[in-house]
Amino acid sequence: MIASGELHSVLALAQRDLTKLLRDRARLITTVIFPFIFIGALGGTLSANFGRAPGFDFLTLTFTGVYAQTLFQSTAMGMISLVIDRENDFSQELFIAPVSRYTIIAGRILGETLVALPQALAIIAFGLVIGISISLTQLVALIGTGLVVAFFGGAFGVLVLAFLNNQRAANQVFPFIFLPQFFLAGVFTPIQVMPWYLEIASRIAPLRYAVDFVRGVFYVGSPDYSHVVLQDPAANLAIIVPAFAVCLVVGTFFFVRSERNR
Amino acid sequence: MLATQARPDGTPRSETDTIVVTDLVKRYKGSELNAVDGISFTVRAGELFALLGPNGAGKTTTISILTTTLAPTSGTAVIGGCDLASDANGVRRAVGIIFQKPSLDLNLTAEENVRLHAILYGLFPYRPFFPLMPIAYRDRVRELAAILGIEGEMFKPVKTFSGGMKRKLEIVRSLMHRPRVLFLDEPTAGLDAPSRRALWDYLRDVRAETSATVFLTTHYLDEAEDADRICILDKGKIVAEGSPAGVKRDLTHEYLVVDAADRDALRRELDVRGVTYRENPLFEIPLDRLGAHALLKSIDTPLTTVRTVAPSLEDAYIKVLARS
Repeated sequence: MIASGELHSVLALAQRDLTKLLRDRARLITTVIFPFIFIGALGGTLSANFGRAPGFDFLTLTFTGVYAQTLFQSTAMGMISLVIDRENDFSQELFIAPVSRYTIIAGRILGETLVALPQALAIIAFGLVIGISISLTQLVALIGTGLVVAFFGGAFGVLVLAFLNNQRAANQVFPFIFLPQFFLAGVFTPIQVMPWYLEIASRIAPLRYAVDFVRGVFYVGSPDYSHVVLQDPAANLAIIVPAFAVCLVVGTFFFVRSERNR
Repeated sequence: MLATQARPDGTPRSETDTIVVTDLVKRYKGSELNAVDGISFTVRAGELFALLGPNGAGKTTTISILTTTLAPTSGTAVIGGCDLASDANGVRRAVGIIFQKPSLDLNLTAEENVRLHAILYGLFPYRPFFPLMPIAYRDRVRELAAILGIEGEMFKPVKTFSGGMKRKLEIVRSLMHRPRVLFLDEPTAGLDAPSRRALWDYLRDVRAETSATVFLTTHYLDEAEDADRICILDKGKIVAEGSPAGVKRDLTHEYLVVDAADRDALRRELDVRGVTYRENPLFEIPLDRLGAHALLKSIDTPLTTVRTVAPSLEDAYIKVLARS
């Protein structure tokens, strides 16, 4: 028996998700198209109309917002594969394995993070093409924060999924959960000033902290920092890490319970 | 809950009892009936044990509970010495399962499915590609694939496989960790006759080689004829249990079928001799008390038809279900 068996299991499960993506050309293409539309069309339009009028570059704001949102949403929605596995009868093979249930879920989150990675790289490449200035330090920051955001999105996805029975329900509920967050988290537009009720809703939205965390690290040392970033990256991380742990533990508990307690 | 120290029937538990199930109950959410209704049984090491019953009898529910994928409502089970409630991972290590519906990732190759299983069971370390896996793994995969005749298919996507090949692949995978108990949930469902026969030939070899206990559910009663013991479930309850021969003996009778050109004479003679018979339309005479030879010797009427009929397990099974 291998002492680090749980880690090996996580890696094997993660590779499964990545392999499936790489073999699905249509999925590979569509996963990178949507961010291009958001950044290119929406960001470009806003930038062309507002330029630097609000005191910062709109295109860069949209770029960082869409980058964080894409990684968060991609891994969160990727967790629907847990339900798809259940419907395809593959989950029984996973759940009779003598490994921790948390290992299985962690493997799936890592797998969906790896699936989101090509998207992240494509968004960065597209950002460079449309003229967004990214230094080497900012590139490293984008990748590092992107991984954190992807893991956070995965855990959030498990929590949501734990209370959904089938793929159809998941496909209906996930957009309903994410669409408001696009605006409440300031993916495309600044949210420095909001009505009090939207401010409350925004503070509940997990995507807000993911987006602001990426921006906080990306904009460090930039004159736009104070216009764009809501709070210190360390403060965001202090929310993201415990929220990740809670989502993972509670989500796994309820998901496994729904698997066994039918 | 701790395992009981006695068999469900009250006799002392033996070292050779591999599965001990006591008062197992499962009621699904929203249901008013128990899918499994207080069943108790034991399976001894190395046995081929067949759980039979019509659709909805509770067979798959029982297997799902015993393989830890479904929580029981109440009751206990000890498998391979591990208590289901307190040592689920121990149970998982002890068992292999071939599910009723194939549980394969169709987007992966056959070898990738097997590799994922081997790593999840802690048999080998993670490596991203087959050539990087330890030689022991590669040898075992090739050996098992060769036995089942799918060595040429191991690197092809499973979605290109036929139903029979998927079943074979599941067997290869389930045997990777050398389980002590192999659960087979309708393993030949949907297979053609040659594939069924090939599968059973191989499973017989596996049993001979590994001494694994096999827990089988099936609708094909001829497959259960070879079982050491059978257990028939109906509506979640055990309605018959024992060796196939014992169950047949208890529920059915061997009988002699005779006929004569002069049927009136034969009828008169049987009546005179006090022989119980049934005309259906030939004369069926139960062989409970009399041997066939003695009976035939005692009949003077010239016979045109003579044959004995030994009931099958299917006859007994149908009788049990009709009775229950």
